Amino acid sequence: MFDNFPLWPSRASATAGNVDALFIFLLIVSGLMTLLVFTAVIYFAARYRHRKGVLAEQIQGSTPLEVTWSIIPLGVFLVIFTWGAVVYFKSRTPPRDATEVYVVAKQWMWKLEHAEGQREINSLHVPVGRDVKLIMTSQDVIHSFFVPAFRTKQDVLPGRYTVAWFHATKAGTYHLFCAEYCGTAHSGMIGDIVVMEPAQYEAWMSGGSNGPLSTTGEKIFAELGCVTCHRTDTQGRGPNLQGLFGKPVLLQDGRTVPADENYLRESILDPGAKIVNGFKPVMPTFQGLVSEEQVNALVAYVKSMSQPGATGAKSASNGSPEQSGSQVQ
Amino acid sequence: MSMAIANAIVQPVEREDYLNKEHGIGSWLFTTDHKRIALLYLISITIFFFIGGFFALLIRLELLTPAGDLVQADTYNKLFTQHGMVMVFFFLIPSIPAVLGNFLVPMMIGAKDLAFPRVNLLSWYLYIIGAIMMLHCMLTGGVDTGWTFYTPFSTAFTNTKIVEAGLAIFVAGFSSILTGLNFVVTIHRMRAPGMTWSRLPLFIWAHYATSVIQILGTPVIAITIVLVAAERALHLGIFDPRLGGDPLLFQHLFWFYSHPAVYIMILPSMGIISEIIACFSRKRIFGYHFVALSSMAIAVFGFIVWAHHMFVAGISLYAALVFSLLSYSVAVPSAVKVFNWTATLYKGSIHYDAPMLYAFGFLGLFTIGGLTGLFLAALGIDVHVTDTYFVVAHFHYIMVGGALMAYLGGMHFWWPKISGRLYPEGWARLAALIVFIGFNLTFFPQFILGYVGMPRRYYQYPAEFQVLNVLSTAGATVLGVGYLLPMIYFLWSMRYGKRAPDNPWQAAGLEWKTQSPPTTFNFEEEPVVTWEAYNYDEIDAGQKQEVKVVG
Amino acid sequence: MSVQTSVHQDLHGPELLHHFADPQQQRNAVSLGMWIFLATEVMFFGGLFCAYLIYRGWFFGDFAAASKSINAALGGTNTAVLICSSLTVVLAIWAAQTSRRMLLIAMLVLTMIFGLAFLGIKGIEYRDKFEEHHVPGASFSFDHEPIPGHPGQYANPQHAQIFFALYFIMTGLHALHMIVGLGLFTWLLVMAWKGRFTPAYHTPLEIGGLYWHFVDIVWIYLFPLLYLIDRHP
Repeated sequence: MFDNFPLWPSRASATAGNVDALFIFLLIVSGLMTLLVFTAVIYFAARYRHRKGVLAEQIQGSTPLEVTWSIIPLGVFLVIFTWGAVVYFKSRTPPRDATEVYVVAKQWMWKLEHAEGQREINSLHVPVGRDVKLIMTSQDVIHSFFVPAFRTKQDVLPGRYTVAWFHATKAGTYHLFCAEYCGTAHSGMIGDIVVMEPAQYEAWMSGGSNGPLSTTGEKIFAELGCVTCHRTDTQGRGPNLQGLFGKPVLLQDGRTVPADENYLRESILDPGAKIVNGFKPVMPTFQGLVSEEQVNALVAYVKSMSQPGATGAKSASNGSPEQSGSQVQ
Repeated sequence: MSMAIANAIVQPVEREDYLNKEHGIGSWLFTTDHKRIALLYLISITIFFFIGGFFALLIRLELLTPAGDLVQADTYNKLFTQHGMVMVFFFLIPSIPAVLGNFLVPMMIGAKDLAFPRVNLLSWYLYIIGAIMMLHCMLTGGVDTGWTFYTPFSTAFTNTKIVEAGLAIFVAGFSSILTGLNFVVTIHRMRAPGMTWSRLPLFIWAHYATSVIQILGTPVIAITIVLVAAERALHLGIFDPRLGGDPLLFQHLFWFYSHPAVYIMILPSMGIISEIIACFSRKRIFGYHFVALSSMAIAVFGFIVWAHHMFVAGISLYAALVFSLLSYSVAVPSAVKVFNWTATLYKGSIHYDAPMLYAFGFLGLFTIGGLTGLFLAALGIDVHVTDTYFVVAHFHYIMVGGALMAYLGGMHFWWPKISGRLYPEGWARLAALIVFIGFNLTFFPQFILGYVGMPRRYYQYPAEFQVLNVLSTAGATVLGVGYLLPMIYFLWSMRYGKRAPDNPWQAAGLEWKTQSPPTTFNFEEEPVVTWEAYNYDEIDAGQKQEVKVVG
Repeated sequence: MSVQTSVHQDLHGPELLHHFADPQQQRNAVSLGMWIFLATEVMFFGGLFCAYLIYRGWFFGDFAAASKSINAALGGTNTAVLICSSLTVVLAIWAAQTSRRMLLIAMLVLTMIFGLAFLGIKGIEYRDKFEEHHVPGASFSFDHEPIPGHPGQYANPQHAQIFFALYFIMTGLHALHMIVGLGLFTWLLVMAWKGRFTPAYHTPLEIGGLYWHFVDIVWIYLFPLLYLIDRHP
């Protein structure tokens, strides 16, 4: 709105419209309610101002009235609840083929790595019109990834991944804030989300990177000796990781867990927590031996082993034809 | 024309009362009289109110400009942390129960004192010990975790005095528990003959509900503090993921108390509003039983909504769904009360004395604050506005616009009873107006700031947020003046105020049948109650009740 | 004035506090007060139990391994000691109700001896843990400890440390409550010695007894939860 006196945040994502719609509905409901109460209070206060000789009329109450003004608000609240829940579910359920960006938060900066390999600090370039999924973790304390223009916010926790997603609809540069107090420079832990038209974005992407994240992950996989036990045949001391991601895994104790990002991460850092059925608990822990970024790369690599047509190494972790056509070295 | 002045009867002779019965500091520090203890609390919490207010002033001054240029980042972090800790634990939670509750609960039910007067004194001692520990902590380095002291930041990433602050709050927490315990036993066991549950003033119902929360909720924050202190001191891993722990466990334990805590802060104020509106409309509260029941409902429901503070913290979608739904259930009884108070005004005979002006202010501001709670309980909206100034505005509307206004209203209403003096009505009405205007100017812009995206606990911010921040700071200055005025004229009135009659407002309630100020044992003989609460029809029609009273 | 005082005294004993209307009201109030206080204690320990149950659910094997290393025999003995002490408390109250002053004093003393025995055995357990480096902190070690029922699997030391942290905090808090209980009973003993308790008035004994029973019940939950995870004879 006004530059120095913003009354409404920019709307730059699909979710933003949904959130704003509910917000406006709430503004109307609240406005009406406030008007009702204020008018009643002011009117009664004036109309029934004490007058000499006029006594107040003692009214006990009215059960029908009580029931009415309990049920009607409850009804309105349930409508708000349902609407809010629908918006929430949509905004917190990433679509299947979203482009992935790994985020590592630390005091007091944001480190981002695109699946294609581009690294950014305190900024994130994305194209208009694409679903982007953020896979986030923290190196130290709890942070929170907040982009007001997208109406999206998700706490970023140490020790596990949390996920957020958005679909940018308008080109521009938007604030990125840390929204969970994290120490001295909490208010300095800000950045820019740069939403570009697709052509501009391709140009930016070709500006150089370290190669796809999954390739980096493959290198680490070899360097750390993972490939010794996690072979692609049945001879390995560890489970074959081909096609593992996204499938259910049967554990020794009979439980079945989904092989999601958090499972992969835990398997690297705390392998004893879940032993796969039929395997011995011999995997050493890599806690302290790998950085968060390296874990992200390994996770991206293991995920790439489940991509359709993946032979294990060279394909990007996002299966769209456009992407695999523009490999970056 | 002030009712009090109109009803004033000058007392020519100074009578013995609880204030002049004994003299000397010892008679105050070792008293077991609930009224003296209430005044000890009054002095203590007022001091902490101004300490917390001073921190708020510095915060708002810093936020006048986008850059962090008044204080350093670490200092700012300590300012908002300590503002929160002091205001929540050392002002708001004790305030109404420990001052007005202590003073009035026994008198309102016709008792000579609370059930456990010495436990009451212990309660104040614990408050003072906790307060001194907190002061020492703040003066020797302070805390910078936010009043919510989330892990692992508070356990493993900050060097400030977490353990000391935690222990101070732990001790103060036991003060709160003992007050609640005392009230529940008193209300159950010491009501005068004829004072049935349905004849209790709504102030008592409100304090009963509050006490239930204090009793059941406070021990959970106590044990959480113990765990955090142990983790820090011994490098344990209960909440630290690097050592196998879970930071979300802390959040659940913390909010399990801290959400009901906000009802500890608002329920007593609702009790005050019921008393004031009844008196200054000259009629009983509309829907007495529903208002009483809704106090209890708020206390119960308040315990099952805590994770609405954690919608973006990493809980499952389904957990979020449950807590959002339950949060709307809490809103219903609060709305019902607002409607009942408004309905009480209908066909009343309304006086505009200062206590009533504060009550009007409460009705407006609590309505707005409560409605914004609906926004926050909506999952889709909360994702955007949580951890922003929207939340800050919401809780200040309730705690300051609601609870603090009601507290001031109550202090004005019962001041003649407490001090035996009348406060200057003109100044009081002016102060109420200044507080209302200052408050809205301070906190309404913050709703906008929150929606446009300014996060909480930020000491520097993007330039486009400045105008809204400047408006907020301007309002804060006005608000500060509004709070200073009562301080000044209440003190003034103790020396120079007109002497108050026993019942300046011709109010219903057993407390008004005692002397102003009351004698140490309140009633010479135990009253026998044969009338309903808020019998303003009988009072205004000039009938006397069948009870032996003093004075 | 003095005539009024002595007449006043005849109506009730010296124990009636004047803000109460009569001894019955005082007794009811004091009793309700203690029950409410115990409710706060339930919530206090409850937070700890909650944290414990969650971690035990997540790290069952590691917790079982850690639990194996604490001495169930000593813990069991302590359970028996506390149950006996609750019996002596009940007998003490009965003694007061039937004007048996010497029995009352004997039972109070016996209760306190049991309490001290409990603390002594606890001290032995703590000392053992200290020597085995199972106390959380810098010198903690729990390497290569097998998980019961899972040959070849070893407990995660970090998770085991969480067990021990909760073990020490829970039993330590409980022991603290025992110490307070001993203090309480010392005072009750002094009052009993002075002959203050009669069949008509022995409320302090009753509420002291309530507190003691509560501390006993907390232990009865602690013992199986902490000492008997996945134990087989």
